[in-house]
Amino acid sequence: MYGLSMVKGLGVTMKNLVTPGRMFTVNQYPDRKVSIFGLAKINNQNPVSFAVKQPGQAFKALVGLASVPDRQYQHPRFRGEEFSWYENRCTGCASCAKYCPLGIIKIVTDPAKTDIQEGDKYFLEVFDIDIGRCMFCGLCVEACPYDALHMGSGFEEGRYKRADLVIDKARLVASPKRPSHWYRPQLAAAQEYNPLEGDEADWREVHRHEKPSLTEQQNRWGQR
Amino acid sequence: MSLDFGSIYSFIVGFLPEGLEWVAFIIAAGALSFLVINVMMLSTAVYTWFERRTLGRFQNRLGPNRWGPFGILQPIADLVKLITKEDTTPDEADRWVMTFAPLVLVVPTLLVVAVIPFGTDSFLGRLNIGILFVLGVTSVNTIAIFMAGWGSANKYAMLGAMRGVAMLVSYEVPMALGVVGVVILSGSLALFDIVEMQAVPFLLVQPLGFLIFVAAASAEMSRTPFDQIEAESELGSGYNTEYSGIKFAILFLAEFMAPIITALIITTLFLGGTRGFDPIPGQVWFVLKTFVVIFALLWVRATWPRLRVDQIMGFAWKGLFALSLVNIFVIAAQVVILQDDAGNISATSLWIMAAINWVITIAAIVATAKILGQRRLERPAPTPSPLANMYAEAD
Repeated sequence: MYGLSMVKGLGVTMKNLVTPGRMFTVNQYPDRKVSIFGLAKINNQNPVSFAVKQPGQAFKALVGLASVPDRQYQHPRFRGEEFSWYENRCTGCASCAKYCPLGIIKIVTDPAKTDIQEGDKYFLEVFDIDIGRCMFCGLCVEACPYDALHMGSGFEEGRYKRADLVIDKARLVASPKRPSHWYRPQLAAAQEYNPLEGDEADWREVHRHEKPSLTEQQNRWGQR
Repeated sequence: MSLDFGSIYSFIVGFLPEGLEWVAFIIAAGALSFLVINVMMLSTAVYTWFERRTLGRFQNRLGPNRWGPFGILQPIADLVKLITKEDTTPDEADRWVMTFAPLVLVVPTLLVVAVIPFGTDSFLGRLNIGILFVLGVTSVNTIAIFMAGWGSANKYAMLGAMRGVAMLVSYEVPMALGVVGVVILSGSLALFDIVEMQAVPFLLVQPLGFLIFVAAASAEMSRTPFDQIEAESELGSGYNTEYSGIKFAILFLAEFMAPIITALIITTLFLGGTRGFDPIPGQVWFVLKTFVVIFALLWVRATWPRLRVDQIMGFAWKGLFALSLVNIFVIAAQVVILQDDAGNISATSLWIMAAINWVITIAAIVATAKILGQRRLERPAPTPSPLANMYAEAD
């Protein structure tokens, strides 16, 4: 009545304008601008000593040009593009291609005859994943018996042509080996591995089971 | 040499032989127009950034922050994008009308700046009917908006333009009548005389006139809560639906220039223009007051929702029109009683008027709220649809 509620509404918006720390849910991908206070806090210094030690950075921060990378924490169940594929672990069994509901994985193999001692594996001539039609269900990753195929951590894989979306073997070999934790509890359990930071995961680090040593194998098969 | 038309003109005339005064006239007028137009364009560009940024803060967002410090170069990016965009025209469009509508919208807005007294005087000389000029020139935007809506041959654009014309024409009346109070009090139509008279800012002397003028002016610049013309949620984008490229850029420019112009006029008429305390020069006072008004308009835009069409027209004709008549009557009576024999009004009389007028303003607003308020807007009892028992009757 008498327009008092309109004045009250003005008060509400003004409270939102002046309250500090009101945008706590905002994540400024790919980087965020930092003030000199934020920059000094990141470098574990107080602003004055930071300004004395690094005047260039401090000036950039003062005119609002300094920025630090800012990205969301990657969820353990994140299923990104650019599958992480380990050639050393792959036997060419084509389980992934069989389990793919859309049939977009194409595998052509040839008996490799390189590892007859431990049981032969296949050499992959063609390994194409058409992620332009992929729905990222992750059944191929679940199906892989040797943990060779993992969901990746990438999400900036936009292309100008549909044909470029087909990930062939060369791209799979060259792609960054940062597997997501999705369906790989051993990766989540390994505390030192983080898909966003640190080194890439080697093929020896992503296994589910220890590979038995040669003597162990000889004993085992000998007893039998 | 001060920066106004007369001094530049006399400076140039000194170098010219007899009979060539028209050259000096053209040079002086061209230089000043160039200056004023560019200053207005630049300040509009900065204002678009300021508005988007502050509106973002009001709504717990960030606003543009990617290019330049705090995103201040965003207007340049916008402009480059709008210029390089394809300028499409619908097949059915009335090409000439559609092309000229943005120009008809933006030129009157710029013309207003010519008479605003930024310093002791305005840029383009002492126009002694300044406020009349402002009211006349700003009313041209009604035609421009209807041209845009008609020319683009789009139903949404046409609907928006027709609603806009109805609203703009309605709000011209309370706006002009709100100014009449100022004119009676200062006894002059010239803007510099009005500033001269404000020993006490007219905001304090006639708050009712101020409220009427601000409400009507913010309807004239057609932004929330009066943005019936654009009404994004109802009309696509209203009258500028079919515009793109540089034509849309000009429409956009005029739309964002309107708050600045409105703030300039409000500052001149009600906040005492360049008057202030001594150590700070008058121009600085003027800019400060303008900025405060701009921020207040932005605050209102960020807060209040859009009104319905019938609410807007009712507010203009039942509310503001009646209040402005009350305002005129009260101010005229007070001027007749309080002026001395020479027809001047002293500062003491202005303070007395202020005290009386605040009481009258509150009483008038309360009375208007009683008459037009929520209780009169109760929904009628629902009547059953004649189709509801269609099958029952057939039995």
